[in-house]
Amino acid sequence: MQDTINKDPETIAKEIVDEGIEKGLARLTPEKISQTINQVLNNETGARFKAYVETCMRCGLCSDACSIFLSNDRKPQYSPAAKVKQTIYEMIKQKGNVSKDFLRDAVRISHTECNVCKRCAMYCPFGIDIAYMMLTVRRICHKLEITPLYIQDTVNSHSATMNQMWVKEDEWIDTLQWQEEDAREEFEDLRIPLDKDGADIMYSIIAPEPKFQAGLIYQTAVIMHAAGQNWTMPSTPGWDNSNMAMFTGDYEISGRIAQAHYDTAAKLHVKKIVMGECGHAFRSVYDVGNRWVGWSMPPFELIHAIDFFHDLLKSGKIKVKEKYKKTVTLHDPCNVSRGRGLHNKAREMVNMLCESFIEMTPNKEHNYCCGAGGGVINCGPPWKGTRMTNNKEKAEQLKRTEAEVLIAPCHNCHSGLEDIVDHYKLDMELKFFGDIIFEVMEKTIFQKGDA
Amino acid sequence: MHAFINFIMGPLVWISFLIFFIGVVFRLYNMFRLVNKTEKFIYSYISFKYGLRSILAWLTPFLPVSTRKRPFFWGVSYIFHVLLFLLPIFLLSHVTLLEESMHWSWITLSDSTADILTIFVILALVFFAIRRVLVPEVKFLTRMSDFVFILIVALPFITGFLAYHQLFAYKYILIAHVLTGELMLILIPFTRFFHMFLAPFTRAYMGSEFGGVRHAKDW
Repeated sequence: MQDTINKDPETIAKEIVDEGIEKGLARLTPEKISQTINQVLNNETGARFKAYVETCMRCGLCSDACSIFLSNDRKPQYSPAAKVKQTIYEMIKQKGNVSKDFLRDAVRISHTECNVCKRCAMYCPFGIDIAYMMLTVRRICHKLEITPLYIQDTVNSHSATMNQMWVKEDEWIDTLQWQEEDAREEFEDLRIPLDKDGADIMYSIIAPEPKFQAGLIYQTAVIMHAAGQNWTMPSTPGWDNSNMAMFTGDYEISGRIAQAHYDTAAKLHVKKIVMGECGHAFRSVYDVGNRWVGWSMPPFELIHAIDFFHDLLKSGKIKVKEKYKKTVTLHDPCNVSRGRGLHNKAREMVNMLCESFIEMTPNKEHNYCCGAGGGVINCGPPWKGTRMTNNKEKAEQLKRTEAEVLIAPCHNCHSGLEDIVDHYKLDMELKFFGDIIFEVMEKTIFQKGDA
Repeated sequence: MHAFINFIMGPLVWISFLIFFIGVVFRLYNMFRLVNKTEKFIYSYISFKYGLRSILAWLTPFLPVSTRKRPFFWGVSYIFHVLLFLLPIFLLSHVTLLEESMHWSWITLSDSTADILTIFVILALVFFAIRRVLVPEVKFLTRMSDFVFILIVALPFITGFLAYHQLFAYKYILIAHVLTGELMLILIPFTRFFHMFLAPFTRAYMGSEFGGVRHAKDW
């Protein structure tokens, strides 16, 4: 550990030993490497990929987009086009005949030095989707079985249990019933209806909630109950809307997860799916997993928590007792702002709930990624140090607001921003919208006819 | 020599334009064929409204955020691209030739204006080349071929300027001008110059995804 103090960040990153990568590399032969790379590049990509490779004029405009480039003092190798150059272009040039050392770097670059946040696609004059190129590299890494250890474990969990956190079926139900019991101390008649056929809403969440953050389930149950919502949660696998397989290039599992989610909602004959405050989960159900299984748009009306809460507040189904007093700022998660255009509703909500709102800049579609997303935080402890280095620009952005509270309506963002606040010693508290609403709402049941 | 000049200013012009047109059509046809083979889903998302919106946004000077981060580069590049088309099409010398051969004519630039604009194009290309050496994140991405292609674009303008002013050996400069111009035309469908045709498609697709699916702006 003493060595790292004198080393530069690039060297530190290059020297990280990830068991998943190393064990995978040890199993590879040159034939397997070139076969796999060529199979993906020739059979799994098409006109779009070809156009992106051929259209890039190496102008460098994408560099200014990437918060990782900015955090690393603008070192050239971190710009989006440079990431493509160091991975895809080399693979094409060498016709797939690349070394294990090269592959080790390719995993590092695509899995830990890119959040696939798509800010670069907004900066490229041609609209080249560099995030898609990085995901293609991850697909190659997945097929070569050199995915980083920790995120591969979550995908293994997905494939075995249909949820990200190895939550067993009885643990899931127990957790819901435990939260229901706690919440009934505030509201006598509160239920978390399990498997209610024909409900308006199926509410789905990500697996870390029952595992570590059960209080969030409690909060949402209170909000649903107070707003008089006809809702349900499924008791069966398919309740977890998260999808780490989407980030490792394991599209087959990713599709199965999305399908299980829709099947669960279909089985319950619900009218729509409301999803908790998570970004990547929304992405996977809204425009990734659905496409793999053949839906151009999802077969259900899909409503993100921001949309849902905004509606409850606007329609008066949830009333604000007293506005939140601490100064707040809002982090626009990429999957929800440039990913779904919910940044304006989020702002309206902050203004409905809070007295003092300080904007961070840049914001809305142009907000910097939290640094945790795209499966980067999920690569776990071996990569945390470099992630903190790569999030320096984000830390500076947060610091400039001088706000006491940071609202981050996305789980991955929440965790990543907590790490940043801790590492860079920023004096900020992280909150979900659910947290704030729960704190300032009138704890009365909405009756039809109330204004 | 006479026969050679007649050839390059006659049939070879036709041949170059033919190669250009057929090449462009061929490449676009192949692109659509590949789309139909493996990425038909694109048709589910491609939207005329959002595609056009994105193209127009990026054609508006300094509207997209990234263009304001590098305003000098974007300004020079923007004007350069306009002049790349404007100059050859509205140059008096070119329109005169066109009138003589096809009896087509249209408005032209004054020679002094064309002169100044040509110098701008050449300086812009010098700027692009220097930028590829001095700006670290651009240098990292630059290949030798990037300099070669800058030269290929510069040659018709340099030789055109020299020919007009009848500097040096006029006949040979003129021949060089015609040949380098034809070379550029021929290379367009088969090299990175083709970005002029690809860019509207990639832009329209990203605009469609951002506008129609993500309900967000992509500039």
